[in-house]
Amino acid sequence: MNHSISLTVNGARRDFVLDDPRVTLLDLLRERLHLTGTKKGCDRGQCGACTILVDGKRINSCLALAISHDGADILTIEGLARGDQLHPVQAAFIAHDGFQCGFCTPGQIMSAIGMIGEGQAGNDPERVRECMSGNLCRCGAYVGIVDAVLDAQGQMDETNQRRSA
Amino acid sequence: MKQFDYVRPATVTEAVAAAAQPGAVFLAAGTNLLDLMKGGVSRPDRLVDVTHLDGLDRIETLADGSLRIGALVRNADLAHDAEFARSYPAVAEALLSGASAQLRNAATVGGNLLQRTRCAYFYDTASRCNKREPGSGCDARDGENRGHAVLGWSESCIATHPSDFCVPLVALDAVVEIEGRGGRREIALDELHRLPGEAPERETVLEPGDLIVAVRLPTAARGFAAHARYLKVRERTSYAFAVVSAAAALRIENGKVAQARLALGGVAAKPWRARAAEDVLRGVAPTADAFQEAARRALEGAKPSGDNAFKIELARRIVVRALTLAAAGTPARIPALPASPFASTSGAIHA
Repeated sequence: MNHSISLTVNGARRDFVLDDPRVTLLDLLRERLHLTGTKKGCDRGQCGACTILVDGKRINSCLALAISHDGADILTIEGLARGDQLHPVQAAFIAHDGFQCGFCTPGQIMSAIGMIGEGQAGNDPERVRECMSGNLCRCGAYVGIVDAVLDAQGQMDETNQRRSA
Repeated sequence: MKQFDYVRPATVTEAVAAAAQPGAVFLAAGTNLLDLMKGGVSRPDRLVDVTHLDGLDRIETLADGSLRIGALVRNADLAHDAEFARSYPAVAEALLSGASAQLRNAATVGGNLLQRTRCAYFYDTASRCNKREPGSGCDARDGENRGHAVLGWSESCIATHPSDFCVPLVALDAVVEIEGRGGRREIALDELHRLPGEAPERETVLEPGDLIVAVRLPTAARGFAAHARYLKVRERTSYAFAVVSAAAALRIENGKVAQARLALGGVAAKPWRARAAEDVLRGVAPTADAFQEAARRALEGAKPSGDNAFKIELARRIVVRALTLAAAGTPARIPALPASPFASTSGAIHA
């Protein structure tokens, strides 16, 4: 039986006919939309490489059935930059060497954006580490990742303050 | 993953009817179910998606002062609800000590209650497991079992229930609201999970089609807000299941314990309420000696199911520590490392 769903992906509405309900959001993004920035690491919800934002919240896309997310608003790593202008979190990862091989990086960046939106960590590195513990980095770039997240969060806070001033 | 039919009922009544069929299971976030299905551990014929049902995602204070949490409330939304965290701090801390931020954003209240054991032999379809395949045997009995149960286990199953959330909930007398084929009923959370006995495949008292629609915390649960903690020893500081955990909640009046609540996690096939320990604390001063005696009582009847005798002594110490922390008072803010027994070392390299 076919199931029709529609999603908003990086701002554009996309309609799908699913001939199989087993498709995860991760596989839909990668195989149907060829948005391969979102990575398949463990595919079991343990590594965080597949992290995306769904309705503004970070989740593991490998453990989310696409069919159950009809109507959802999805943001992936491909939806962050405006042309050549990187998102502050992307720029901060480069500035702070927040990666080595880069495989976990899209998930780290999406998770960091989700974390900053949650507003629970403040500028406490220990809370950042705790709040980012769902993203593993096999190269061990954690020191740079935490620095990048704190830096980007500070910049985004400043921007928000300027906007509201 | 085995092929399945997908249905999305419009009402709770339709959902109950659809899930009452053999081979059908409810789908909420799927953070545990999909993992099990990918591994061939769960092989349902039909998924009944309840995530689009109306009215199950609210947190409401009822007229009598009790709190009703809809089964579809996300773990993170509940933990970060400021009023909830103020009133039930040990529950919020337990929630934040579980899984990762991504999983907490997806996982639901009902799903957390019904998550399956993380016993490696249950997950490994090449192993014998009475829970996965009734009558096949238990490879955990003679296997790697240092993390397994020390209370309430049987020869047929030594698995533990992995939830953190359930531990303070059971301590605070949480009630589970269930919609079933016979209509609405409610049971104490303490009655929801079954001990394995001869039938470890029957993990709860739920009948086919039964849908958990809400969890309720009774009015009295708020009375412990000033002295409530959750403490959890893990193999690593974050994003790990409990080796042993404890929820301790006290009402202290005039320097004496008016009422104590205590439950343990990671030690049995259900969240383990320690009523005998609560009894010895009633009316006494909150001293180290009293907490030692409570810990001794809490682990009475505990026995190793394998290479895990250390968990019994560890559990006693966690009980004493959790009670001591609770007596000292709930911190104004949940610590940076929720429920961790290790002191905050902000700025240092992470352990």
